[in-house]
Amino acid sequence: MNWLHRYTKLVVLSTVLLIAAGGMVTSTGSGLSVPDWPTTYGWTMFSFPMDKWVGGIFYEHGHRLIASNVGFLTIILAIWTWRVEPRWWVRKLGFAALGAVILQGLLGGITVLLFLPAPISIGHAALAQLFFCITVSLALFTSAGWREGAPGADDPALRRVAAATTVIIYVQILLGATMRHTGAGMAIPTFPLAFGHALPPVWSAAIAIHFAHRAVALVVIAAILATAAHVRRHHRGRRDLTRPAALLVLLVMTQATLGAFVIMSGLQPFINTLHVVNGALVLGTSLVLTLRAYRPIMDVATVRGQRAGFGIRDSEFGKTRREDPAPGDIGHKHAGAEGGARS
Amino acid sequence: MSYLRSIAAVSLIALSAGCGGAGKDSAPSGPPPGAQRVDESKAGSLAGRVVLDGTAPANPPIKMSADPYCISQNPNGATSENFVVTNGGLENVFVYVKDGLGNYHFDTPTEPVKLDQQGCRYHPHVLGVRTGQPLEIVNSDATMHNVHALPNANREFNLGQAIQHQADKRTFTAKEVMVRFKCDVHGWMQAFVGVMDNPYFAVTHDGGKFELKNLPAGTYTIEAWHEKLGTQTQKVTVGEKQAAEITFTFKAPPASGS
Repeated sequence: MNWLHRYTKLVVLSTVLLIAAGGMVTSTGSGLSVPDWPTTYGWTMFSFPMDKWVGGIFYEHGHRLIASNVGFLTIILAIWTWRVEPRWWVRKLGFAALGAVILQGLLGGITVLLFLPAPISIGHAALAQLFFCITVSLALFTSAGWREGAPGADDPALRRVAAATTVIIYVQILLGATMRHTGAGMAIPTFPLAFGHALPPVWSAAIAIHFAHRAVALVVIAAILATAAHVRRHHRGRRDLTRPAALLVLLVMTQATLGAFVIMSGLQPFINTLHVVNGALVLGTSLVLTLRAYRPIMDVATVRGQRAGFGIRDSEFGKTRREDPAPGDIGHKHAGAEGGARS
Repeated sequence: MSYLRSIAAVSLIALSAGCGGAGKDSAPSGPPPGAQRVDESKAGSLAGRVVLDGTAPANPPIKMSADPYCISQNPNGATSENFVVTNGGLENVFVYVKDGLGNYHFDTPTEPVKLDQQGCRYHPHVLGVRTGQPLEIVNSDATMHNVHALPNANREFNLGQAIQHQADKRTFTAKEVMVRFKCDVHGWMQAFVGVMDNPYFAVTHDGGKFELKNLPAGTYTIEAWHEKLGTQTQKVTVGEKQAAEITFTFKAPPASGS
């Protein structure tokens, strides 16, 4: 029973909740409702009375508490992974998650103390998505499907299109964060046209950022459709690819609809935040598809963490002690390696 | 280990950056060379009124559901203060001498100007303070407020006031018309503070009226500022011991624009 994998899924879900909480902070303009950090109006974070969670404080303080919870979960994740995970790169990824969440906490505090300067707030949003990607990756790499499933035939075209799509999605998220934290969310208050035109008749920095987000949204949709079409045409029998591809299409259509509603509702906070969270889900799903596309070119030992003579049994993954690899072992392909390619 | 030290250093720097307490700077220095003082025995005055031409748009209601205390303090509900009109006169207009004073020196008052938070509203909504003069910010409410000042020429600050009757003082060092104050806990709360380097400013009241007293003889540019309707300026000449008068007329916006 892979308890570590189950735990990583808990961390992923907690991170989605954290992104939602952070989204509500910005969407409701509550970022400075708690002027101090890491205290809350002089109280320690965990002793702040609940009857004082009013107005914007509810969102900002709630966000800090959820973030602390995710931080604690990540500490456990890093230690647990380090103790039981035989693959050195997964252990490093666990510590990368820990480093990212610590840095994220610092950025969150700094941006409050410096009155929400746009570059730091945008950096906070950008790192949040990267941290989410790390947690999603860890959940994927510790799954039985990744370690024990058949790698499938290598498809360089799929790797390229999936990787490019993931990058474009992240760029779009950066544009969205820039738009939110520079107050450009309603710079073009009409949808789908810009002031009644396909292109804005007047330009400003805010309008440019806003329009860029709309334009890149079309690129994202095209990239996702291209990826999904490629998967459907060349990998119809592989559920590990067709399912995330289908989910990706569904999520991006939802995202486009939410984006329209954000404008039509005048930045209604709940809709606005749903748009942020769904954007993270689009990114996470595309990342999963991309990593699975790369799996065939990763050697068996890297994927499964098995080394000849180590005696680690996958069926008891999570219970066994990790062994240090013998010199020269890491990175070498093992034809007909121990355990083979189980389908 | 050096990595952890770097993180600690960044953290300490960040914490100290927020503790500077913007607006606690010292009062301006003494009179510049050649500066003169106003001879009140010869000074005149400027009185007037700001009127609204047309019908003021309705002030939107405020939803205070985010804090039950605020609802309890406003049992009949509350509306924003975008347009306050009394007998045709427009209230909460900041009127001041923008230009024409020359090289006069004015002592900085030591008596603080008070900005109060009561019933989850700022009182007064518009006020003036001198550069270097203390602004006393008081929380008369039994709920949490943060006082977030958003100046352009002065230092920004964000002050937490968790306790009822908590009072803090801040000062501004640079002239600025106007500095917006807001509460991030209660998003509807806002006030506007005009920071002046001379005593010739007033906020309209009792039907849009204002008066600037002890104004030395001269020709002045007078500006009237309203939070929604913008600014208007007029030139006026005040003679020795003369009580001059002036009227500003702001046009009401169309019904859809408020």
